[in-house]
Amino acid sequence: MVHLAGAVVIAGGFPLLAGVDLEVTSASLTVLSGSNGAGKTSLLRLLGGLVGLSSGEGRVAGVDLARGDRRELRRRVGWLGHEGSFYDDLTVLENLTFAARALALSREGISDALSRVGLSSRAHTPARLLSAGQRRRVGLAWLLVRRAPLWLLDEPYASLDDEGRVLFDDVIGVALDAGATILVSAHQPLGLERAARVLRLAGGRVVGDS
Amino acid sequence: MIRVALLVAAKDLRIEARSRVLLWQVVPFGVIALVLAGLALGPSRAGSSGAGPGLFYLVLVLVALLMITRSHGLERAAGTRSSVATLGLDPAGVFLGKSLALLVELASAALVLASGSVLLLHTSLAGTLRAAPSMTLALAGLAAAGTLYGALSAGEGAATLLPLVALPAMTPLLVAGERAYSAAVSGGALAPWWLILVCALVAYLGLGILLYGVLEDL
Repeated sequence: MVHLAGAVVIAGGFPLLAGVDLEVTSASLTVLSGSNGAGKTSLLRLLGGLVGLSSGEGRVAGVDLARGDRRELRRRVGWLGHEGSFYDDLTVLENLTFAARALALSREGISDALSRVGLSSRAHTPARLLSAGQRRRVGLAWLLVRRAPLWLLDEPYASLDDEGRVLFDDVIGVALDAGATILVSAHQPLGLERAARVLRLAGGRVVGDS
Repeated sequence: MIRVALLVAAKDLRIEARSRVLLWQVVPFGVIALVLAGLALGPSRAGSSGAGPGLFYLVLVLVALLMITRSHGLERAAGTRSSVATLGLDPAGVFLGKSLALLVELASAALVLASGSVLLLHTSLAGTLRAAPSMTLALAGLAAAGTLYGALSAGEGAATLLPLVALPAMTPLLVAGERAYSAAVSGGALAPWWLILVCALVAYLGLGILLYGVLEDL
């Protein structure tokens, strides 16, 4: 699913990734750990086609990072950033409907997804009125609607309460069982029992693999 | 492309209808600017000086800059840019959709400002109605150019960078629009100004369709 060899990403003259070699197989869970500025988010953004490869080579979800269409890669990933998702002035339902229509997905799964993440009663609430934890749940609902083959989750536990963390773990488990490949970033190694692998990043490089 | 354009336009207009930034902030600003311009000229000179069309377009471009900044600010909110980017939307469709939404918003503002021009600056009502087609072309051009340059000036300091890059590009639209409005008021020929407006609109639409994806990724 993921192949990187000497992947370098430079932004504003500063190397965000300084030569990453990485192989990730399908239907696996990988946790990216490391301190602030280690390169976790940059690596996820590279894998999601949100930043370009400056040098090196890579292939993600069948798309060549150096020569392929990054927009096509973006359509193949489920992204959960550590900020909010979509538009503050739209309601939860409008946001998810917009995203589903954009990808020509069926809207039938939206109400089920909202129910699953406990946001059914907030479907018609503008996103800006939601708490940070509820916004994370909207992002999680979108992942459920989207069912992408590759999930990229940047600090998914941020702002979540204990109930939200359990919910997140459940969803990750179901997605893995369904064959998704999941990469999760975290400041510290998480208590994910199913983590097949924990990568430690520092200075834009992978410095540990366990 | 058309499907994405309609989706994006509907989304932007829905956000505008809910937030009412145009209604409660931008249009009142435009009316105040028009009133101040009228006061600067003096009530007796405003109608007879023929300054109405020029002041209308001057205020309109200020309103347009605010709406362009707002339109692109929606996409730059924390988390929005990455989330929407992973939808992999056709950039030409996004460009056309945002331009269409901006055109509708600018047309709403222009309706109020044109009424203000007639009422406050005593610009001819018949001439203003005769200028409506050229105004529509100018607004469409402003929307297309604004969407294109809004993407170019996205990021930190966008609000101050946008006028610097967009105003020179909008000059043909503003000059031709103002001359067409003046000609409509005074009974002059409109065709040469329509031609300039159509050429500018086609150029900006073509550039936007071709380049918007590149600018989005800058």
